[in-house]
Amino acid sequence: MTDPTGTVDITASRRLDGNAAAGMLAELFAVDVTTARSRCASCGTTSMLGAHHLYADAPALVLRCPSCTDVVLRYAIREGRILLDLRGAQLLAVLLPAASNESNGA
Amino acid sequence: MTVLSRGFRRGRSDRADDRLPPGQYDVGDAFPVLSAGPTPQTRLERWDFSVHDQTDELRRWTWDEFRALPREAVSVDIHCVTTWSKFDTRWEGVSLDTLLGDVPGTTRYILAASDGGYTTNLPLDEVTAGRAWLVDTYEGQPLAPEHGGPARLLVPHLYFWKSAKWVRRLTLLPYDEPGFWETFGYHNHGDPWREERYSGD
Repeated sequence: MTDPTGTVDITASRRLDGNAAAGMLAELFAVDVTTARSRCASCGTTSMLGAHHLYADAPALVLRCPSCTDVVLRYAIREGRILLDLRGAQLLAVLLPAASNESNGA
Repeated sequence: MTVLSRGFRRGRSDRADDRLPPGQYDVGDAFPVLSAGPTPQTRLERWDFSVHDQTDELRRWTWDEFRALPREAVSVDIHCVTTWSKFDTRWEGVSLDTLLGDVPGTTRYILAASDGGYTTNLPLDEVTAGRAWLVDTYEGQPLAPEHGGPARLLVPHLYFWKSAKWVRRLTLLPYDEPGFWETFGYHNHGDPWREERYSGD
């Protein structure tokens, strides 16, 4: 990505896709939320969390809407606590795993 | 890591000890970029900077008008909450004293807002009396976009997340309104010498 002055945007080159957040989010969620569909509170677009834009350099994981780039989710593990900010996600729809003895922990 | 970087810079290590806040290390010549979003690409002809109160725009400058304001050169140490510090960084820009002018008597805090949606809050008395600048030049060169260009705040006595990149607007407030990191468990004030990193510190 190049700006009008011709410099390379090193931030854009380090942007990841939301699937890269799966490992850390698995600390909190019992299901894989990267396949969950999230409706952006800012622009209303619904897309899979795994297809969001992930910025992992900052002091938290910052997941942004792939459509409008507004912040959807912030996540950090700090001083023995998990911090989750979901204010940018208007609706999170998570597909339950198919019922089975294993998933029920039996 | 601290031991190694100081070892390589033995000549300045004595001075560094005095100038390094608790829990920080000297990052040397590096200048890390920690971004929570895409780098805004605002063209200078569309850039402006404004000061608002809760209802109105009080002052506004285009890029050319901003560049014509009285400028200052400062050399300061900066401290990032992610534990790197950088000594003797040289910046040029305009003092917030010049930009804020005579603020309404009810003003106690300012909220800085940037392209890309970033915000950070600061007490008024910490950004006046020569303690904060809007800078557009770093080490003699136009401030690079990844470091907040065309212009960013410089509030060197607080952790560097308070020095908002790509800042476009200051809103004068009678109350405190926590910004992007302050609403995510970071300290509301952010003094590196008191190690005010997180909200419980």
